[in-house]
Amino acid sequence: MVHQNEHQHTQHIVGYGTYIMVWLALLMLTALTVTVAGMNFKNFAIVIAILIAGLKSILVMNYFMHLKFEPPIFRTMVYITVFTLAIIIGLTFTDISFR
Amino acid sequence: MSQAAELTMEKHYDPIGSRIGMWLFLFTEFLLFGGLFLLYAIYLNKYPEEFHYGSSQLDQFVGAMNTIILLTSSLTMVLAVGALQRDRRKLSIFFLVTTFTFGAAFLINKYFEWGHKIELGIYPGSQELTQHPQGEIVFYGLYYAMTGLHGLHVIIGMVIMLFLLYFLLKKSHRALSIKSNQIQNLNGKRLLLSDETGKKLWKSQEITSEVTGMDVVVKGVFTEEQLKSSEVKLENSGLYWHLVDIIWIFLFPLFYLVSM
Repeated sequence: MVHQNEHQHTQHIVGYGTYIMVWLALLMLTALTVTVAGMNFKNFAIVIAILIAGLKSILVMNYFMHLKFEPPIFRTMVYITVFTLAIIIGLTFTDISFR
Repeated sequence: MSQAAELTMEKHYDPIGSRIGMWLFLFTEFLLFGGLFLLYAIYLNKYPEEFHYGSSQLDQFVGAMNTIILLTSSLTMVLAVGALQRDRRKLSIFFLVTTFTFGAAFLINKYFEWGHKIELGIYPGSQELTQHPQGEIVFYGLYYAMTGLHGLHVIIGMVIMLFLLYFLLKKSHRALSIKSNQIQNLNGKRLLLSDETGKKLWKSQEITSEVTGMDVVVKGVFTEEQLKSSEVKLENSGLYWHLVDIIWIFLFPLFYLVSM
């Protein structure tokens, strides 16, 4: 644990420039997802859209939500949550596809 | 007196603990929307054509605009946090107001978008919509439920920002707190504030028995202490706002782009 007396601030300070780069990347990924949706990928379109949305979320979490600079326990908790949701989705789909 | 002063100074901050608490709350939000996304996935699987048609009836341009608005609001929110970390309170207030404005712009877009659909008679349970195929009814049901719940989160985020603005603008702080057991014998007496030479600066009214505690409040300053506590609050509110952004990052392609 970090003591408050040693560090005046509560968190690792990230430069403004990094935030602006991440924002630009997010805008480009938004343009990409709109462009890809315009192409005719049929059933893959939704998979690609989800992958790009996932990538955008990772950027937001790591930089805007500072996950990259947090102690490892934060990432562990995120993995557990995503894993839980994946199990729920996976089990539901195995149920409905064998009805 | 000095004991009272120590008591107020002994405020304990655990920023990591408070952020863990915030993340735990965000996970419940994540699972709440995750359940709705699951529902969407199942019905998309069941009614692919109706979902594609329903999606083609939504305005992709407004959807993309709102995506850009929310992404930019996330940027200004994180800049507000960054500014406060650098002790730049006024810059932080500026970015916070900007973020609030973007949130409002998002809601205004949503208002017109929903309003247009409702004008066409397309809303859950409407006469018009019940004539449509089952898949479309489900699509619009999910559309209203999910973007509505998300919109509610935007509103909550904006209310939280108003509280933060209050904390950041409040230029007064409690320097000293005196508890009731320390003033029980003060009934009928007065308090006097004097400078070091004993010159009277201010004299209070008679203290009645109704007074059970006293605070000494200093006005016109924003202390280091306040800065630190605002920083923790702003960080956690920022986390909430970014979650709202992430949810929209998924809502946008699912509702607006599956048609194309």
